[in-house]
Amino acid sequence: MKMFKYLKSLTLKELLKGMTVTGKYFFKRKFTIRYPEEKTPKSDRFRGLHALRRYENGEERCIACKLCEAVCPALAISIDSEQREDGTRRTTKYEIDLFKCIYCGFCEESCPVDSIVLTDIHEFHFETEGRNVLDKQQLLAIGDLREKEVAECRQNDSEYR
Amino acid sequence: MIGDQVWLLFWTLIKIVAIVLPLIIVVAYLTYAERRVIGFMQGRMGPNRVGLFGFKLWGLAQPFADTVKLLLKEIIFPANANKFLFLMAPVITLATAFAAWAVVPFSDGLVLADINAGLVYILAMTSLGVYGVIIAGWASNSKYALLGALRSAAQIVSYEIAMGFALVGVLIASGSLNLSEIVNSQSGGIGSWFFIPLFPLFIIYFISGVAETNRAPFDVAEGESEIVAGFHVEYSGAAFALFFLGEYANMIMISALTAIMFMGGWLSPFTGDSLIAQPSILWFFMKTGFFLLLYLWFRATFPRYRYDQIMRLGWKIFIPITIVWIMVVAVIKVYKPEWIGG
Repeated sequence: MKMFKYLKSLTLKELLKGMTVTGKYFFKRKFTIRYPEEKTPKSDRFRGLHALRRYENGEERCIACKLCEAVCPALAISIDSEQREDGTRRTTKYEIDLFKCIYCGFCEESCPVDSIVLTDIHEFHFETEGRNVLDKQQLLAIGDLREKEVAECRQNDSEYR
Repeated sequence: MIGDQVWLLFWTLIKIVAIVLPLIIVVAYLTYAERRVIGFMQGRMGPNRVGLFGFKLWGLAQPFADTVKLLLKEIIFPANANKFLFLMAPVITLATAFAAWAVVPFSDGLVLADINAGLVYILAMTSLGVYGVIIAGWASNSKYALLGALRSAAQIVSYEIAMGFALVGVLIASGSLNLSEIVNSQSGGIGSWFFIPLFPLFIIYFISGVAETNRAPFDVAEGESEIVAGFHVEYSGAAFALFFLGEYANMIMISALTAIMFMGGWLSPFTGDSLIAQPSILWFFMKTGFFLLLYLWFRATFPRYRYDQIMRLGWKIFIPITIVWIMVVAVIKVYKPEWIGG
C-alpha cells in the first residue's frame, strides 16, 4: 500500500489539481476596487471629518453647553463661550484637534441640539503645521458644505438614534 | 589582417548587446508579468497604475519605475563586511547568468557561439553561479545571509546532479553536445520531440530547474518568516538589482533550455509545407514563454517545501529516477533507435 502511495505521488496528480484551481482563478472576476475611481458604499453612521451645523435660518446650532468637550475621551475639543445681547449663549471658540481626535463619535451622541456631527468625509490631509486644529469658522464651513448629506444620513438613521 | 580582427571583435560585441539588451528588457517585464499573473490567480489586479504620459497602459511602465527606484537607492555596506567580495558577488551571479546565453540557439544558425560542447558550457556556467550566492552570504557578515547562502548553495548543488543526469538522457538521445544539433535531431513534428521518450527526464529537468533557481516552491533560502531574504538580505540599491537580474535571467535560461532540450527549440510542432509548419524563432519564444508562465503558476499555487523535503526529493527521488531512465534511454538507443527522434 505504501508502494502504491509512492507511485501515485509520482503522477503529480495532486499538484496538477492545485494548479487547475489557480488556473481557474486566473480567469475569474477580480475583487480589487480601483480606489480613487471606484469606491465602496459608506454607512450612514460613518464617522469622518467633523462639522458644525446651522438651523435653516442660518443661526448656528451650538449653544456652548460643553457636553462634547466633557465627553471627549481624547480631550480634542476646546470651547470658550459668551453671552450674547439677546441673552443666548454661544461659543466664541470651538476648536477640534484632529490629531488628538479618535473619531469615536461621542461628541455627536452627547450633543443636545445635533450641532457637532461627524460627516462621511474621510479623504483629507494637512500640508502645513497647525492646520490639524479646526476652528469654529472651518467647522461651520464644512457643515454648510455638507448639510444636505449630513441631514440625509441622520434622517435615514433616525429610527435607531 | 588587424582590421579583420578588430571588425570581428566589434561585430561580436554588437551581437552580445543584441542578446543582452532584449534579455534585460524581458527580465524587467518578467517581474511585471509575475506580479500580474500571481495577482490574477489570487483574485487581485496586480500593478496597473504606472503608465506613460498620463496613460495607465495596464501598468506597463511599472518595471521602469522599479528600475529607476533601485538604481537611485543607496548601496548600504554592512559593518565589517568585506567590500570587495560584497561587490563582486552580484557581478559573479549576473556575469555567469548572462554568459550562459552565448551558446543558446534562438533559431537555426542564430547563435552567438556555436560551440560543440555547448551543453557542458551551460552546465559549467550555471554551476559557477553558486559562487556568487556563497560569496554574497559570506561577505555580508550577517548570520541570516550566511544561513540563506548555505541553504541556497546546498540546494543548487543537489539539484545540479539531477539536472545533469536529465541532460545526459538528452545527450544520449541526440548524440551531440551542440545545442543546435540537439534541436535539429528533434525535427519531424511534435512526435519527434524528446519530451515523449524522455518524459520523466523532462519533468525532472524542469522541476530541478525551478529548484536550481531557488524559486517557489523551493525557495527556503528566501523563507520570509525565518531568514528574511536569504543570501541577499544585506544588499540594497543597484547591487540588489543585479541579483534580481541574475535570478530572473536564470529563470529565462532554464525555460529556454527546457524548450531547446525537450520541446524542439525553434521547430514547429506541425509537419508539412504550410506557413505554420515552418521552424521559426517565434516557436522558440512561445515555448520559452510557456515555461516562464509555469514558473509563475507554480509560485501562485504551491506552498514552500521544508528543507529536508527538498533534499529528500532531490537525492532520493530525482536522482534514482534519472539514473534508471538514462539506462532505459541507452537500451532504446542501442536496440530501437527509431523510437527516439531522427
